[in-house]
Amino acid sequence: MNDPATVTAEMVADHGLSPDEYDRILTILGRPPSFTELGIFSVMWSEHCSYKSSKRWLRLLPTSAPWVICGPGENAGVVDIGDGLAAIFKMESHNHPSYIEPYQGAATGVGGILRDVFTMGARPIANLNVLRFGSPDHPKTRHLVAGVVAGIGGYGNCVGVPTVGGECTFHPGYDGNILVNAMTVGLARADRIFYSAAAGIGAPVVYVGSKTGRDGIHGATMASAEFSDDTEEKRPTVQVGDPFTEKLLIEACLELMATDVIVAIQDMGAAGLTSSSFEMASKGGLGIELDLDRVPVREAGMTAYEMLLSESQERMLMVLKPGREGVAEAIFRKWELDFAVIGNTTDTGRMVARHQGRVVVDVPIDPLAKASPEYDRPLADPPGPAPLAATAVPASADPLEALPRLLGSPDLSAKRWVWEQYDHMVMADTVQRPGGDAAVVRVHGTGKGLAMTCDCTPRYCLADPVEGGRQAVAEAWRNLTAAGAKPLAVTDCLNFGSPERPAIMGQFAGCIRGMAEACSALAFPVVSGNVSFYNETNGVAIPPAPSIGGIGLIDDLDRMATPGFRAAGEAIVLIGGDPAPTGGWLGQSLFLREIAGLEAGAPPPVDLEGERRTGDFVRSLIAAGRVVTCHDISDGGLLVAVAEMALAGNIGAALTVPPSLAEPLAWLFGEDQGRYLVTVPQDSVAGLLAGAEAAGVTALAIGTTGGDRLTLGPDGAISLAFLREAHEAWLPRFMAISAARLA
Amino acid sequence: MHAAVIVFPGSNCDRDVAVALTQATGRAPLMLWHRETEVPPLDLIVVPGGFSYGDYLRAGALAAHSPVVREVKARAAKGVPVLGICNGFQVLCEAGMLPGVLMRNAGLRFVCKDVWLRVENAATPFTRGYRSGQVVRMPIAHNDGNYYADATTLDKLEGEGRIVFRYCHADGRVDDAANPNGAQRGIAGIADGRGSVLGMMPHPERAADASLGGTDGRTMFQSLLTVLA
Repeated sequence: MNDPATVTAEMVADHGLSPDEYDRILTILGRPPSFTELGIFSVMWSEHCSYKSSKRWLRLLPTSAPWVICGPGENAGVVDIGDGLAAIFKMESHNHPSYIEPYQGAATGVGGILRDVFTMGARPIANLNVLRFGSPDHPKTRHLVAGVVAGIGGYGNCVGVPTVGGECTFHPGYDGNILVNAMTVGLARADRIFYSAAAGIGAPVVYVGSKTGRDGIHGATMASAEFSDDTEEKRPTVQVGDPFTEKLLIEACLELMATDVIVAIQDMGAAGLTSSSFEMASKGGLGIELDLDRVPVREAGMTAYEMLLSESQERMLMVLKPGREGVAEAIFRKWELDFAVIGNTTDTGRMVARHQGRVVVDVPIDPLAKASPEYDRPLADPPGPAPLAATAVPASADPLEALPRLLGSPDLSAKRWVWEQYDHMVMADTVQRPGGDAAVVRVHGTGKGLAMTCDCTPRYCLADPVEGGRQAVAEAWRNLTAAGAKPLAVTDCLNFGSPERPAIMGQFAGCIRGMAEACSALAFPVVSGNVSFYNETNGVAIPPAPSIGGIGLIDDLDRMATPGFRAAGEAIVLIGGDPAPTGGWLGQSLFLREIAGLEAGAPPPVDLEGERRTGDFVRSLIAAGRVVTCHDISDGGLLVAVAEMALAGNIGAALTVPPSLAEPLAWLFGEDQGRYLVTVPQDSVAGLLAGAEAAGVTALAIGTTGGDRLTLGPDGAISLAFLREAHEAWLPRFMAISAARLA
Repeated sequence: MHAAVIVFPGSNCDRDVAVALTQATGRAPLMLWHRETEVPPLDLIVVPGGFSYGDYLRAGALAAHSPVVREVKARAAKGVPVLGICNGFQVLCEAGMLPGVLMRNAGLRFVCKDVWLRVENAATPFTRGYRSGQVVRMPIAHNDGNYYADATTLDKLEGEGRIVFRYCHADGRVDDAANPNGAQRGIAGIADGRGSVLGMMPHPERAADASLGGTDGRTMFQSLLTVLA
């Protein structure tokens, strides 16, 4: 196959470049681009790679703290966790490919995020993921759930990194665009972090890993456009993963990183060889020369265009110290991986690529990498949420009839069917498994732990982007706190519709504003992240979903809390929230959605000052060893949280509704923010309440643990066995229908 | 006790079992790369879990032909205890060191969870620390744990006491509901004729530390130490 000799207007449009952007290319080059160069501009300036619509907003996010070693801009964020160690982590979207080809799309999402983390010198120690599917009634949903979950498991299980947590929800807003966000957390020596900036002239540029094939060409461009009815035709843009090679690549890279031969290293992710070489040269202020004839290829006859734009997986690019190639080659040969010196650094500031004796690319690096277009897109503030009519709440609802329905609803139902397909224990350091507030992974060989969580409540973000952005950050912070961890930092994965529509930019800007406020107030900076726009089909966008991945540190794993009740006869204490229990916030609650069939009202407001005060108090109780059972209150409200604690510990509870409440529904199911439930022995209650008062935090004893049922007031009770059946049955039953259909 | 852990490309429980062995025996095992042909004298060889060679062809099929496995077979023939866990069990079956085969789970999905096991034979060097009939808890994590052998072989295994672990309920009952993968007769682990080669799908190394949720697996490493030290 030969590349076309001249570039036409149609080719420019097919590459997703606007006429303005093409004019800019002409100015930069002083001539029309070759077809290969057009391809390079197209991927480098794609929304996915260039952040051209989001950049100006992302600058609002706080990114520093004394413990931050490296913030956004590198492959992943790095934070200091003491003892000479650092945690390296990031979250990234693989939404578009996962919808088109769920198994490979999700699998390669995991592979890509793992590479972002071990590229920096970390051994990956945990994976998490956020999955948002369409309505359970949508004909594609089962197929997508089955494929995505199998793909995530297939990749993570094989590389031997435990998948320890995440979120999995359903809403018709994702019928045409599911979300698959994958997060990896790794561990490295704080003084052995590897960066992507090349240095030194004439240093060898080395390619390692798998061979380059024709898969995934223009994946980044595909992820920068909305879907239409011909989405199926995009299947060839989805890459194919090989977790076995990734496992070898991890071991080989970590072995090489223990030597001193690497100058810079970068994984070949979106836009493959193009993006990785531009990145390294640009950051180092250098040029780069590539000899494409030396690139290991899977098939004969690949063009320069294909080699430069392929998104074949499990590949890395490195700049080594001159003369030390032999050290690296021996390691990669041992692991039976490809190794090739394919070029060298130069002082020209240009990327020059030769193929079969011809110069096929000769472009300046900085204008492509650094001076990519930046847009201040018009935005429209979203209309405020309609107020919740007083009549909307079904006053007659029986709370104990509503509870099993809520626990068995798609969003709150147990996700065991999902996480039992993930090896969540390999590496033998998982001390809190999936299903709780945060997963906790021991720092290998120590008594410390890293807590990790992924959170976002898209219905809140849709109703009020600023409040939703605040809440997503606050909930992640709260989940870490509930385990007893000190929250350290955030990675985000911002999933939205088309930035070319003002209403979507309004959602984006609002969510960022809210996130920035919460990150500042909670000393919880953003250190890495990813933006995924164009999550829309035929003009309909997804509910906005800024996924927050948070990590926190537990200094002493003997001082860690878990959500399940541990003993009968303990007092259940509600900490945080409204000082006088006058009701509860039902706007946008799951109770309203699942029981009243209404998605209405404003989301619950987050009081960031109170959030911090309450969380700091709860964490101090756990650190002092006074509390070992703790759960935060989120989706579904107080009664759902109590039920989750009871089910996790297989111990019931009796609750007392405050007598001041004429109507308990809002108190039981409201999703008021900044609240936790803890249990303590009865003789510690007075001390706990006094401590709370001194700390300026509200606390109220609301019940006692014990028995095999949940009792509400004098006349209502429901058995745990019944609740467990409701909670556990929905997802396996839903998926079994699919198996039966396939059989 | 001189133990070695075999490392194939794609092994991923090699470190986990090395940690468990070190904790239980006080001595770090030798990590043996799959290309090794020079192997020092050993008291125990562990073939760990993972995805050797990416499970290409069939789980364990390629690893069974790697250079180090020839040596493992030779040592086993001399009576050196060999423990195959998960993928290690698959390798031992593919290498012909244990009868039968591990097929795709009956549910067609990867399964990772804690299971109950009944100790059927407490006389092997691996299980001497347990009581016969004792119910223990360990995690499983596999795609292909559905043990299959023909009826004659199963009867022979049964008759010779070579079924070492069976999946069961917490009270020790063995039935289909307690079987996570469809294995014939609820088999979770079997031994060779002399009881010194054990293959098992559950992971004792993941149940060797109270903070991971259990210590029933540690008993196995301690029994080995008692028998072999």
